[in-house]
Amino acid sequence: MFVYTIKRALMTIPVILVVALFVFLLLRLSPGDPAAVIAGDYATAEDVARIREKLGLSEPIVVQFASWVGALLQGDFGTSIFSSKPVTELIKQRLEPTLLLASCTIIFSVIVAVPLGTIAAFKAGSWTDRTVMLFSVGGFSVPVFVLGYILIYVFSMNLRILPVQGYKSPFEFGMIPFLRHMILPTLTLSVIYIALLARMTRASVIEVLEEDYIRTARAKGLSETKILMRHALRNAAVPIVTVIGLGIALLIGGVVVTESVYNIPGLGRLVLDAVLARDYPIIQGLILFFSLVYVLLNLLIDLAYTFFDPRIKY
Amino acid sequence: MNKLLEIKGLTVTLPSKSDRKYAISDVSISVEKNEILCVVGESGSGKSVTAFTVMGIHDKRALTISKGEILFDGYDLTKIGEDQFRKFRGKKMAMIFQEPMTALNPVMKVGEQITEILEIHTDLGPSKRKSKAIEAMENVKLPDPEKIFHSYPHELSGGQRQRIMIAMALVLEPDLLIADEPTTALDVTTQATILELIKEIQVRRGMGVLFITHDFGVVADIADRVVVMQHGIVVEQDRVNQILAHPQHEYTKMLIGSVPSMVPPQKKSIDVQAVLELTEINKSFGKSSLFRKDRIVNAANKVSLKVAPGETLGIVGESGSGKSTVARCAIRLIEPDSGSILVKDIDIAKLRESGLRYLRREIQIVFQDPYRSLNPRRTVGQSIVEGPMNFGQTEEAAVRKAKELMEIVGLKPDTFNRFPHQFSGGQRQRICIARALAMEPSILIADEAVSALDVSVQAQVLELLENIKKQFSLAVLFITHDLRVAAQICDNIVVMKKGAVVEFGSTHEIYTQPKHTYTQALLQSAPGQKYF
Repeated sequence: MFVYTIKRALMTIPVILVVALFVFLLLRLSPGDPAAVIAGDYATAEDVARIREKLGLSEPIVVQFASWVGALLQGDFGTSIFSSKPVTELIKQRLEPTLLLASCTIIFSVIVAVPLGTIAAFKAGSWTDRTVMLFSVGGFSVPVFVLGYILIYVFSMNLRILPVQGYKSPFEFGMIPFLRHMILPTLTLSVIYIALLARMTRASVIEVLEEDYIRTARAKGLSETKILMRHALRNAAVPIVTVIGLGIALLIGGVVVTESVYNIPGLGRLVLDAVLARDYPIIQGLILFFSLVYVLLNLLIDLAYTFFDPRIKY
Repeated sequence: MNKLLEIKGLTVTLPSKSDRKYAISDVSISVEKNEILCVVGESGSGKSVTAFTVMGIHDKRALTISKGEILFDGYDLTKIGEDQFRKFRGKKMAMIFQEPMTALNPVMKVGEQITEILEIHTDLGPSKRKSKAIEAMENVKLPDPEKIFHSYPHELSGGQRQRIMIAMALVLEPDLLIADEPTTALDVTTQATILELIKEIQVRRGMGVLFITHDFGVVADIADRVVVMQHGIVVEQDRVNQILAHPQHEYTKMLIGSVPSMVPPQKKSIDVQAVLELTEINKSFGKSSLFRKDRIVNAANKVSLKVAPGETLGIVGESGSGKSTVARCAIRLIEPDSGSILVKDIDIAKLRESGLRYLRREIQIVFQDPYRSLNPRRTVGQSIVEGPMNFGQTEEAAVRKAKELMEIVGLKPDTFNRFPHQFSGGQRQRICIARALAMEPSILIADEAVSALDVSVQAQVLELLENIKKQFSLAVLFITHDLRVAAQICDNIVVMKKGAVVEFGSTHEIYTQPKHTYTQALLQSAPGQKYF
């Protein structure tokens, strides 16, 4: 398993290289002069020339790629065109809110969705099951930003029990203000994820409940609760863990919207601002960063399988 | 009379849309202390429903007990609540199942699965529980119980897993053991030892055993009394000697008559040029990479055999003996590591896929499970004509041919447009045979082709195979673990063990004068030799 981990870690290198190539070509292959594209519609000729110089666009394309990858290897993701700050520093600054929002969402979703899905599976066909599934369909259907504004309208503006927007770092302001600001974004982001996870858990548990060893467990005289907790859930875990992992990857899209709705200064907002400003170095840096996160997440998921299922060995 | 379990007039109703109204109807049987009662019947006879209902683990959404009583330990089990019933299960009555791989939780250590019973039903502390579990494992003669305690099911052999099931069932010394086809999924030699074990423990503890089986060979070896069921009804019950020697009911007679004999019939030797000849085939699985050494399994080790038109060559062996690997090599579903495969004198061992195409016509295969080897979304007609049309036959000709073949295999040609689920298991296997014949092959491989069928159906399908072999002068490679079937259908037999051929000879020679000790052990393990 140790060897496998090392092997997989090494395999991230070619993956990241391919992503890097794609990211690099993204700008170079877009129609027109990249410098002009970055500079925007109202730029002067001097602006364009300045940008071209700054990005080294007058060099041959192979040289550009080599020097760019060389810089990447030294941890240099480039510099923002507009704020002139290094991209790595920008990412570092914005990492905390996003990381915490994503963690809260995952934890909350798992805590809610896994039991919901399990109960629905155990009572498959009953009204409990149907209610859960109805909620699940609803959760899939509501767009994140609509839900966000509804929650703000109800809890912040009408009931006035939660702040409208903003972010308070727990390290600066303490837990209570942090959580108060986190509740609505977490709820907003969680709904679709709970819907997905509850469905998956239900399907997985229903399948496991048909297995012979569940019958064996009944023949031993186990209560239905114990059968669910001890025998069904752990066997159902592999597909559930897969979905949790995929869900974290999917979260990133939701993070962009949620952070905009709640005005949270995280990576999602950074993405949005960079795209709107056509700040290509930041966009490139973020794509690389996210793909690295994806690759590592996949590795973690694969390693988690061995924990839940002793038959899986690497 | 010491009645331990008494079932009186038990009727279990099926859901309204089923093809019959009752799963079991008016079943009255009883198990006494210190006896093994065998319930025998084919699929759909209701024997398993009876067992599950006694245990209270039948599918309660589909099956409802509409009449009758199940008296056990002073209670009527049809009347008591689930909480009370749960206290009986595992403690006073226990159950073992057919497939020990799927009946054990794959992600839980087997030791924990045994101690779990003690945890629910007793007040013992963790260390006491463990020592009691180890003791139970010793009782079922598991080697090195301390080590096996910490193993997962997939790390054990089939026989060991079934021993774990038995240890689990017996750890609290229940009065009643229900065994649902406990040896059906096991190899013959393993089956023999497990049957012996069950019998021994039953005698030692004076336990009552309700033993469900479809195999009269097993019945002959283990039963004290026998109940024969058909279509949910008890048709006959008596002491085992009486049933075997003087069966009264037609169905019982038919079942007993369908058990293939271990004495092979005299066959003419075949003196024709072989169409399929394997020479020194080697195939191993698993590879070692730069980082890790994997376990390498020699699935086929210098296997040589040949089959001539009109001949049935049996490959006999237990699971893991390599018999299926050899068959897969022969049709080049997998590529052997070395050796030659001559089909009509052309070596196909190393041919590429494009060169193999013509071969696909020459060799056809019939698989074990007719439920899974037909595409459920295509009509049987479509399944039969697909191959020939793929090889350029016109639809009209293929359909005409398919209907002829359906008649030959004993199906009505007007069922051409039906789907597989509308047929019984035996009929489906006939469809598979028709599908194979449609390609006009010269070689037919039957991979455990009758193993999943009920005995009565099995006899018919075997007869069909024999007939088409003669009619089309096919060379048949018949792979089986069932020595009785092999005795009846094969002209010559290859006995395999761990990837190697240990003995080869005419069926008559093998069964009358087995030379290799493994062949001898195999033949001795076949159940029911006192009677059949």
